[in-house]
Amino acid sequence: MAEIIQEEKEGGKKKAKKHAPHIDMTPMVDLMCLLITFFMLTTAFSKAKVMEIVLPEKIKDPNAEPPRISASRTLNIVLGPDNKLYYYPGSVKPEDFNNLPPLAETDYSPTGIRQLLLERNRTLAKKIAEFNADVISGKIKIPQDSVANEIRKLKNIDDTGPIVLIKAYKAAKYGNFVDILDEMNICGIARYTFVDIAWYEEKMVETAAGINPSAAATAQN
Amino acid sequence: MPKIKLPTKSPHIDMTPMVDLFSVVLTFLMLTTTMRQQEPAPVDTPFSISEKPTPDFNTMTLLLSTDDKVFLNFDNGPDTALKFRPKVLAEMGKRYNIEFTESELRQFEKYPSSIGVPMNQMKEFLAAKENTEKMKFQTGIPLDSLDNQLAMWILVTRQVNPNVDACIKGDTETGFAIVKKVLDIMADRNVYKFNLITSLEAAKINLEEIQQ
Repeated sequence: MAEIIQEEKEGGKKKAKKHAPHIDMTPMVDLMCLLITFFMLTTAFSKAKVMEIVLPEKIKDPNAEPPRISASRTLNIVLGPDNKLYYYPGSVKPEDFNNLPPLAETDYSPTGIRQLLLERNRTLAKKIAEFNADVISGKIKIPQDSVANEIRKLKNIDDTGPIVLIKAYKAAKYGNFVDILDEMNICGIARYTFVDIAWYEEKMVETAAGINPSAAATAQN
Repeated sequence: MPKIKLPTKSPHIDMTPMVDLFSVVLTFLMLTTTMRQQEPAPVDTPFSISEKPTPDFNTMTLLLSTDDKVFLNFDNGPDTALKFRPKVLAEMGKRYNIEFTESELRQFEKYPSSIGVPMNQMKEFLAAKENTEKMKFQTGIPLDSLDNQLAMWILVTRQVNPNVDACIKGDTETGFAIVKKVLDIMADRNVYKFNLITSLEAAKINLEEIQQ
């Protein structure tokens, strides 16, 4: 009989319970806003990217000869001080240190070094660009993850592009180094490497940039 | 004419959908977030077009600051389960005749950022409680030819984890001399492959430009 009694009791109060109880959510919203702001500010959204580089192996055997490359295809790029960039084609023999060829100056802008590299690397760059365009337009159907592989193949069979040797003067910056490697990737240079700067090349940079070598040495110390 | 009676109580805005939305955003942010770590030296990485993401594990990252200091960091990914960091420190301790206690090794494992402490100060560094106190010991890893601790760190790290990849994180303004020094030390230990950490920047060249 207990149930009936209860029903009777509720019957009288029914009017008051018409609306669901209203919870004030404003403090909750406030808190959430705060948390969202906090997370947005502390999150590092874009993950850092990496650029791969493989350096030439050090020759530890003193009798071994360094690999020979053809001088006509060689382009030497020297990273200079104060964000300057120099280049010279071919090779210089240490014997003619009294008569060093002048360095040509350029810069890191698209009209500078990029133009120069694209001009020399035209055949390969064109092939790569056409390949990319074909992939995008759907003429060539290959899975997305093998595109890079195909481009690497194109680079491997190429024998027209320049062989770029990158050298850095001691006063260059790390940013310059990354920039020039990036430029190699942009222009699709198939063969490039980073090598130690020779003493006569340091001299060439000093002449081109108007640095007094002895003053530079004291500034270093 | 009877006047239309306006409801006298203040209009109540239903905030439930707003709360729902906020919850979703909050959950998303909480799950995707990787806390930005305080590095011992501020570094602005240069830009490149590379789209390859930084590997999460099997890495050792060399931080090169603008004032020519070198710091070393190991990944905090799945390798933490393999206890990679304390193993490296224990091995380093053996080389320099320093015995590290269990709690010190744990401290080293938990330290969230790059480490640039000379070995003879490592114990004090690990004992320090405050972060500001710890920062005093972060003077960079010594790498001159007399006391080349960086070379030893690299050697030991590669012994503990042979699959480790070297990453270099430098500031745009870092002088090349220190970079060259580090690259030479690595080349002496037969490390020739590097990942340079950069930020993404778009650069496009088109066909017409090439044909010109």
